[in-house]
This record gives sequence, C-alpha cells and structure tokens, in this order.
Amino acid sequence: MREITFSEATLEAMKEEMERDEKIFIMGEDIARQGGIFGQFRGLPQLFGTERVRDTPITETAIVGAGVGAAMAGMRPVVDMHFADFLGVAMDEVFNQMAKIRYMFGGQTTMPLVLRAPDGIIRSAAAQHSQSIEAWFLHIPGLKVVIPSNPADAKGLLKSAIRDDNPVLYFEHKALFPMKGEVPEGEHLVPIGKADVVKEGTDLTIVSYSLMMNRVKEAGKILEGKGIKAELIDLRTISPLDKETVFESLAKTKKLMIVHEAVKTGGVGAEIAAMAAEEMLDYLDAPIKRLGAPFVPVPFSPALEKFVKIQTDDIVQAAEELCR
Amino acid sequence: MDKLNSKVVKYFYTTMVRIRKFEETINEYFLKGEIPGFVHLYIGEEAIGTGVCANLLDTDFITSTHRGHGHTIAKGAKVKYMMAEIFGKKTGYCKGKGGSMHIADFSVGMLGANGVVGGGYTLATGAALASKLQNKDNVSVCFFSDGASNRGTFHEAINMAAAWKLPAIFVCENNQWASTTPYRTTTAIENIADRAIGYGIPGVIVDGNDVFEVYKEAEKAVDRARSGGGPTLIEAKTYRIKGHFVGDPEMYRTKEEVKKVMEENDPIVRFKEKATEKGLMTEKEMQEIDKKIEKEISEALKFASESPSPEPEELYQDLYV
Repeated sequence: MREITFSEATLEAMKEEMERDEKIFIMGEDIARQGGIFGQFRGLPQLFGTERVRDTPITETAIVGAGVGAAMAGMRPVVDMHFADFLGVAMDEVFNQMAKIRYMFGGQTTMPLVLRAPDGIIRSAAAQHSQSIEAWFLHIPGLKVVIPSNPADAKGLLKSAIRDDNPVLYFEHKALFPMKGEVPEGEHLVPIGKADVVKEGTDLTIVSYSLMMNRVKEAGKILEGKGIKAELIDLRTISPLDKETVFESLAKTKKLMIVHEAVKTGGVGAEIAAMAAEEMLDYLDAPIKRLGAPFVPVPFSPALEKFVKIQTDDIVQAAEELCR
Repeated sequence: MDKLNSKVVKYFYTTMVRIRKFEETINEYFLKGEIPGFVHLYIGEEAIGTGVCANLLDTDFITSTHRGHGHTIAKGAKVKYMMAEIFGKKTGYCKGKGGSMHIADFSVGMLGANGVVGGGYTLATGAALASKLQNKDNVSVCFFSDGASNRGTFHEAINMAAAWKLPAIFVCENNQWASTTPYRTTTAIENIADRAIGYGIPGVIVDGNDVFEVYKEAEKAVDRARSGGGPTLIEAKTYRIKGHFVGDPEMYRTKEEVKKVMEENDPIVRFKEKATEKGLMTEKEMQEIDKKIEKEISEALKFASESPSPEPEELYQDLYV
C-alpha cells in the first residue's frame, strides 16, 4: 500500500468529503492563504474556493459559535482551532452550546460539527501551545472525542467525524503530522467508539492513544525481547470509551496500564482505571498503573520540557514492574 | 405607516396581546409553585419582538435569550407547546428537556432561547453564514439586551458578520437593566447603537415601545440584509417592567418608577392609541382578538396541565443521534 503522512491523510479525508457533500465547509485561522500552520490544509482553497475554505478573524469564540449556528442552519462545518489550547477561549460555545443544543431542544436539530484541535508537545511551544486537554471533553455529555495515532486512522476517523450528526472533537497531535504510514486510497472509514487491538498479548494490557500509542508500540517490541507479551490497545475514540474491548483484554491479561501525554491527574487514564476498579476488580492481579505527565504546565526550556514527556523506556520500566 | 396593510396591523396587536397574556399566566402559575425552574418575563418589551418578527418569514432565523417567550411567540411558535415545555411536560417543544430558558421551534426558524447571556450572537452569525454559503436569501436576527452588549461575543460576532457581509441583524433591547444592575453603571456610552461605527455597519436607535417604529426600522435592516448589504445594529430603547426573574424582590428600584413607565409607556396602550387615532383598527376588532387570545391561553394551560411528564426512559433520548 502507498505511504503518505498523517497530515496528507487528513487532507485527503477533507478533499474526499468536500467533494462528496457540498454542505461541508471549513473555517479557521490561517487555513486558506497559508494552508494551515502545519500545512494540513494546503491545496484545499484552490480546489474548493475561499468561501468553503475560509480564513476567519482571530476570534475562536465566534468561529466555534458560528460553526454551531451554521450546523443548525443545515451546513456541516469543520472548524480548525489552530491549537487545541485555544479551545479554552471558546469553551462556552463548546460545552454550553454545541454539546447541549440537540438534547436541550428535545432532538429538534442535529449538530454535525467537527472541531479539529492540534494538540500535544512539540518543539518547546511552552505552556499555552503544548497541552493535551482531551480529558476535559470526556466529562461533557453530548460530545464525541476522537484522537488518532497514525495516518490511516487519521483519515478514517476524520471522514467518520465529518459524517457524524453529533458534534465531534478531533484531536491531532502536532508531532504526528509528518509521520508516514500506509493509508488506504478512497473510501476508508474508521468507526467512532471502537478501539483497536494493535497487538495481542497475554501478560498485561497497555491502553493508549495519539502520539503515545507509538511509544507504546516501541515499548511492546522491547518487552517482547524480554519475554513479556503485552496486549496493546489503541483507544482511537475516548468518548464514547470502548469499555468492552478494554475489559475483554483485561479478563485475559489481568494487568492494566494506561499511557497518555496529558497530565495524569484527572486524565483519561483515571476514568479507565476507575471503570476497571468498579467492574473488573476480581480479575486484577496487580494494581492499575497510569503513566501521564506530572501535575505541572508544560515548561519552555528543553532541559525541563523533557521531564513532562513519557519516553519508551518509562513504559518498558513500568510494564516490567507490573509483571514482576 | 401608510404602507402598512391591515394584516400586519392585526399581527401587531394579536402578537403583543398573546405575549402579554401568556406571560401573565406564566407569572401567576409560577407564583403558585406549579412551574419549575426560573422564569424571566418580557412584559413591557412586546413591541420589539413583534415589530421585528413581522418582517420575517418562517425560513428566516432568530436566536433568543433567557427572556425569550416574546421572541418565540412573535416568530410563530404555538403557545400550547411553549406552555407544556415551561411546565416540564413531554408534549412541550423540547419534550420537557429545556424549560422556559431553552425553548426552540426549528419549524419556524426559532433556533432557541439561550441560558447564557450573550450566547446567541455567534449562533445567529453562523446561521447567516449558512444562508450565504447556500445562496439563500433568508436572514438571521439575534435578539439581546443591554446587559449582554458588554459580552465579548458581541464584538467577535458582529465583527465577523460585518467583515463577511452576512445577512444578520443584531437587535439590542435596551431595557435599562443588566439583571439587577442599571445600564449606566455598567456601560460608559449612552447608546449601544453608537458602537456600530466600530464595525462599519449602520446603527439605529428606535423607540422600543412603539411597534410601528420598530417595524419600520427592522424592515430597512431586513431588506438590507436580504439584498446582500450586510448587518445592521438596531437599539430599541425600552424598560423591563418585571423583575429579572419571577420572584425577584427588586431591591434595586422603586415601585413608583415601574408604575410610571407602565402608565405612560405601555406598548400595547400606545398601539391602541395610535391604531384608533389613525383608524387602523376598531375597538371592536381588538376586543375580539382579546377574547380569542384569552381562549387560546386557557386552552394552552389546560393542555399543559393535562399533559404527561416525560417518562424515565426518555432521560437519554436525543443526547446523541
């Protein structure tokens, strides 16, 4: 199969979907003239024009709110947040409007709106341009949250998100944009809400997503060399969480570890650990292990930034401890 | 006013009386403890929603506020489903999930009341963007008040709508009160409409208690928006007769102040005077409408009280498609 980058995979998804349905348009800061700050929209305005690929004022609140309004009036907007960190600017529009409008109005409207949010640590971008904030949205009924780890899923999940009649947050790790991988051409849909068992194993279950999933895969190989067979699960969607796939694996391996780049406290790992403790305690042979960032903003200096990033070795070491 | 046809004049009176009677009934039943939640009344401001919506079609959109009954009725929603919603019944517009602060009727372009002050600007702007992208000639009206005019969303949305020449109309109901705080203590300028210059769009001030004047200015703004001329900011000067919410002890003003406005500036009384003076409607016609509305409201009340509450299994319905 041909290989393309994560960024090209999202571009392909956008092109295919916009060709299929003229109700789809995209707006955000620096996307038409510049092609997106990570180049992820390059070529789209030439294909679809600057009405459908629309540069906006630097007004995240109005961009998300206008996406909500346009969705209510029959369009299928895709909104680019520039950096996931700026979701905070538009938080009322996200959690009071977009997430609740369908329910609050008794199902009178759908909310086919996708927010694309580049997140994660990259090149010392510091505290306000490096965050992984996906867990906030897991706490909000009415939203769906997807978070791909590779180019094929990036395409398949974006296409599914665009076709979904519910509001979807699409987190894309900035460090993944240049990553190359095999991506099916044409129609390729990854179902929302379905985790992927990337590698089968019997000794422990490691659950992860996004950039960290790639570290987990590396760790899996190293662990295999040391005689530990880890089952690796890529969540791909964190709301709704695919509890079934995680529990099925846990019933087999009896040990659970969750790895994410986001702050450990109150993270996705906390929710998965709580679910396992509530419903699968009898199966567990060891305490649940969570790996996440320390409780601190992402610092600027590379000398400090490295301490908030999870490395492959950290995962290997934690897995070994768990299996000891 | 010469151009006004009798249908529009009748709509003015019918709609204003419908809003007034509906809200008086809501007030009464809220105080009796039969309505859950919070209720915010539009009494005294009826001429604005009525005068603006008289220019709109079902295919046009409006966004409303926590004080939204008037806009909803003026846009053409049915009072029986509104009443049922306010009573928390499954026959209501939102199947009892919304209540007074979250009534919507998408079938007539009413995109929802909003519990967040200043929450509607960006939604109306987005609906107007959708019209533009779909090459439709429908318009979107955002109702808000002086309190909401100090939200950041005011700036972001009006700037965006102006920059993109969207078919949006921003209608400020300056009722002098931001919840319990007077307008002049929170806002340095005399007129909200003066801010229009900062966005390069027209800003007009209108007597919000004169339905004829509101209608006339809104007509210009709607025509302008429909023909691709972009947004207008209309400031309708009015006064909030009732407290911020039903049950508000109103420590912040005197009873005399309110009484004086009601005696001198009730929009329904002013309509009657003007309509009679100009021979637009007779006393008899108005009485017939009064009777019709009385009946309609009491039927709505009966419908709401006799309707069933939502079933437990409806809790998760309409959360996701």
